[in-house]
Amino acid sequence: MLALQLAWRFLREGRTQSLLILAGVTIGIAAFVFVSAIIEGLQVNLLEQTLGSQAHISVAPEEASPRALMREPGVAFVRRVEPSEPRRRPFDQWRRAVRRVEATDGVVATCPKVSGSALAYRGAAEEAVKVVGADADRLRQIVDFRANLVDGTYRLGGEEAVIGTTLAEKLGARTGDPIRVRSADRESVLRIVGIFDVGSEMVNGRWVVTSLRNAQTLLGRIGDITEIDVRVAEVYEAEGVAREIEARTGVPTESWMERNRDLLTGLRSQDASTTMIRIFVLLAVAMGIASVLSVTVVQRRGQIGILRAVGTSRRIVLAVFLWQGLLFGLVGALLGTGVGAVAGELIEASALFDITVTPRLLFTALTVSVTTGVLAAYLPARRAANLDPAAAIRGDE
Amino acid sequence: MTRALEFLQLEGIRKSYEDGVRTEVLHGIDISIGEGDLVALVGPSGSGKSTLLNLIGLLDRPTQGRILIEGQAVENLNDRTLTALRGEKLGFIFQSHHLLPGLTVVENVMLPTAAAQGGFRAVMKTQALALLDAMGISDWAEAWPRQLSGGMQQRVAVARALINDPPLVLADEPTGNLDTETSDQVMELLLRRNSESSTAFLIVTHDSNLARRCERVIELVDGAVVREGPPG
Ligand SMILES: Nc1ncnc2c1ncn2[C@@H]1O[C@H](COP(=O)(O)OP(=O)(O)OP(=O)(O)O)[C@@H](O)[C@H]1O
Ligand SMILES: [Mg+2]
Repeated sequence: MLALQLAWRFLREGRTQSLLILAGVTIGIAAFVFVSAIIEGLQVNLLEQTLGSQAHISVAPEEASPRALMREPGVAFVRRVEPSEPRRRPFDQWRRAVRRVEATDGVVATCPKVSGSALAYRGAAEEAVKVVGADADRLRQIVDFRANLVDGTYRLGGEEAVIGTTLAEKLGARTGDPIRVRSADRESVLRIVGIFDVGSEMVNGRWVVTSLRNAQTLLGRIGDITEIDVRVAEVYEAEGVAREIEARTGVPTESWMERNRDLLTGLRSQDASTTMIRIFVLLAVAMGIASVLSVTVVQRRGQIGILRAVGTSRRIVLAVFLWQGLLFGLVGALLGTGVGAVAGELIEASALFDITVTPRLLFTALTVSVTTGVLAAYLPARRAANLDPAAAIRGDE
Repeated sequence: MTRALEFLQLEGIRKSYEDGVRTEVLHGIDISIGEGDLVALVGPSGSGKSTLLNLIGLLDRPTQGRILIEGQAVENLNDRTLTALRGEKLGFIFQSHHLLPGLTVVENVMLPTAAAQGGFRAVMKTQALALLDAMGISDWAEAWPRQLSGGMQQRVAVARALINDPPLVLADEPTGNLDTETSDQVMELLLRRNSESSTAFLIVTHDSNLARRCERVIELVDGAVVREGPPG
């Protein structure tokens, strides 16, 4: 109480100094918030683009299993991959596998799916496509075709199919048009009921999405699927969830993190550079606060001596200066997060992605700033507390 | 043992400063101050008056010897206890007023009370205002110290020294920076307080007129008491 009251009066007395350092802390924290928000926005955007058109985890039997020729202890493994089979192996007992995947912690949606290569024709146009069959509602949980429709409806009944904008353009097909799809086994005619754009050229240009039954028939896999697609609650935990699914089902998995190693490495090094920027900003803030407080300790030697003479303990003197650091950090953070958030809003208009100043980021900036303030104040505060009161009052040294 | 009744006793106080070479500034001082005493401490410059006052004020520790306050030795007390003792039992007036410029006049006066009670509180103000009134500067209670003249500032410092009603007030050349007229006013305040209450004063002064008005004069030369007794 006394310490806070005195801290406040000291700050008020050294108004110019206080305002200058406050401006410094504000700018620092604004930069902290601004840079973090941009990077965070960029990452969320990249992730959305990547994960918007693919499963977080896919569970599928291996196409061709490498067979170990020797497995003697102490002897190096020698593996040979047998010539690949013409088609994928059937997914044994896939319904049971789906149930097990669904029961795994962190899994929010599953979609059993059959997919395979085929050719699509319309008039003279011919395109290599990937036929994907699944239950419409379950598939929507993995890749949201319905929200990304540009024309028609998202419906996978009867002989219906939806395709991407790129494929539609290449085939010259529009909603309501029939296309012929031919696989190694057979040929069907599907009617386009919707056209989507999910942001991925791979999906927009190659996928022909239809019902599970249509695809099974077309691809010659009646009653069978090729993979189970999985959506998880926390995207960065996909790898761990994938390991758990493998352990439960005995079927190999591939998480988006394995599939997009480069993206992940990019995101991680971005994180590292954000952290570096944050650390340097905080160091600058800390040094600003520490140097101003050091100067005021010297300037107020006499006053500190008087405080001690009239019955203020070392502990209180220490607290007076720690409070000053804390107030710098707190007020600077409040102003700085405000400035950072406003700056983010201002450039958001010209940016290609959302700049997200999340409550969590604001909270982080606040705690980090207050902590920095108190830590930066510690050395000056200790110096003040340890002043020899007699010498301080005499004004020498 | 009549001395046990004294408020303050010094026994064989020595003080050395380590400044490259070791210099002894006080060579064994024995004095005592009782309730309501009015004592002048005089002596040439550099004789050790301020050093002695700082030791008595518990702002510094002697190299040797004992200080007893109300019969209790203080050498083994920790900082917190010493600080509390200082705030409760002693008042300080320095040559240059040493008011805190960031506090109003009345806040400066309340400071020792706030230190003892852990914070400024509205109720403390009444007493501080009464003291300022007695000093004739109650109109300036809410002003900043820098708005006051030197004499007025020193009167604020006197009020600050008296607010906790300490048994002993230590004054180091309290009028050293004031002109004769204001210095007389400040001295009158101190003398009146001494006659009206049981507050003891130990006043370092170069002013022989002032020393003459005290009950007892202690003269220090080269760190030793050369004379102690009534003025004359
Ligand atoms: N911190 C210190 N370090 C070294 N020497 C000191 C220190 N403080 C005081 N002295 C020395 O101790 C001696 C006594 O000093 P002190 O200030 O007590 O004298 P004084 O009687 O108060 O003098 P004045 O009348 O000028 O105020 C002086 O020689 C001074 O130089
Ligand atoms: Mg002196």
